[in-house]
Amino acid sequence: MKRRHHLSPRRSLALLLLCGGLLQGCVPLRGVGDMGLVVERASGSVEVVETSGQTVLFRLTGLGDLSHASVVYSRDGRYAFVFGRDGGLSKVDLLSGQLVHRTLQAGNSIGGAISQDGRLVAVANYEPGGVRIFDAHTLALVADIPARGANGKLSKVVGLADAPGQRFVFSLFDADEIWLADLSDPAQPAITRFQDAGQRPYDGLISPDGRYYIAGLFGADGFSLLDLWHPEKGVRRILPEYGRGEPRQSVYKMPHLRGWAMTSSHLFLPAMGRHELLVVDRQQWREVARIPLHSQPVFAMAQPDGRQVWVNFAHPDNDTVQVIDVSTLQVIKTLRPGPGVMHMEFTPRGEQVWLSVRDEDRVDVYHTGRFERLTTLPASKPSGIFFSSRAHKIGF
Amino acid sequence: MGTTIKIPVIVCIVLLTWSSGKGWAEVSWGRQQELIHLLRHDCGSCHGMTLQGGLGPALTVQALEGKPPEMLVETIDHGRPELAMPPWKGLLNREEIRWLVDLLKKGTPP
Repeated sequence: MKRRHHLSPRRSLALLLLCGGLLQGCVPLRGVGDMGLVVERASGSVEVVETSGQTVLFRLTGLGDLSHASVVYSRDGRYAFVFGRDGGLSKVDLLSGQLVHRTLQAGNSIGGAISQDGRLVAVANYEPGGVRIFDAHTLALVADIPARGANGKLSKVVGLADAPGQRFVFSLFDADEIWLADLSDPAQPAITRFQDAGQRPYDGLISPDGRYYIAGLFGADGFSLLDLWHPEKGVRRILPEYGRGEPRQSVYKMPHLRGWAMTSSHLFLPAMGRHELLVVDRQQWREVARIPLHSQPVFAMAQPDGRQVWVNFAHPDNDTVQVIDVSTLQVIKTLRPGPGVMHMEFTPRGEQVWLSVRDEDRVDVYHTGRFERLTTLPASKPSGIFFSSRAHKIGF
Repeated sequence: MGTTIKIPVIVCIVLLTWSSGKGWAEVSWGRQQELIHLLRHDCGSCHGMTLQGGLGPALTVQALEGKPPEMLVETIDHGRPELAMPPWKGLLNREEIRWLVDLLKKGTPP
């Protein structure tokens, strides 16, 4: 109180003007490379966090229904585009902790991607089924791509990813198709459609080099593969023996493919319904091993160095995380962080992994080498965690 | 005099039948809270946390209109494998499923 009296109204005004004019004078300059967002799914809010000191910097509310929300970043890493379940697309400034833009662009959405040049943001919609493209600066609608399959119906769109060449690739859940959209001319998207691309694709991933698109199939055995260097060769089925002749398993949560686990030699895929991780040879696209797991996997994510793969699980076993050693293909650690581990995110070079423990309202930070919990941060029903290092990765 | 005795007996029988028919009289308050959490966050992973639908269909009052409760109970109990709906019988008992269906039909915001 006393200190406040030292400032005369005139001096206060001068200070205010100084702050307004030279914002950096009050807010220390900083980069965004160690920052990120934690989605609080139930309260429509996000936390802006930083991983160097492991703190929460800001909390923003009013982002709508954030169940199953995901995030991509502007190429400068400063802005996060948050895709809500309710069709909301929000643009968050990590530095100021402000919501910059927000649009309710559809009725029901599942995620999005940002173009190679960073100018276009694409959103995959369930309702109305299709992809909508927005200007990354203003969030103005640039193009609308209804996903009307050969069956004449609008389909839910899943597995949307960015691809080199200003393209987006995605799957049509209700039409068994994969589409490749070239947005070189945003006013006239050029669409290549691959029909009979496998029954009921439920999600997709793109390889870290942007060459291969792989869709998981709910209605058939195996996965669909599209080589984006040679789209003229069409979609082919890989791992056709996976699941063949075996009774369909109950799936309490669909696996997510987007948090890929692709190392220099192998691709790790969460098996559908089975307590297994599939190990695929990247050259031949053949299954080389199956690693027995604690339960049904949801995410399988490789550490940035590719040495370990971390896996989380579906209800009711989602209190557990397992770590696989890539050189031996063995589970080397089973952790029980707490009920409802929804997501995992590595720091850019992988010394920490952040885990959302939804049912205990916290985010845990683990050391990836020692498997020790370093710290814990409060968060309300946290789900996805997304660090700004995604800005520079194809497919993120 | 005979009638005054009979009425409470009938009421008791009716109440007993009703409560066992509805089943959820046996779902404790604590378990109800767990079921609401399950509905929002685990059923919600396919049907949406606000039940507006996702990869699975919406479970709002409007969406469920005209669908017989027993059919819904069977769907949750046994699942619909061709539609990716898993059976919940190993995780929920019949009373709990009935309680959930009743909640969905009433449209109480979970």
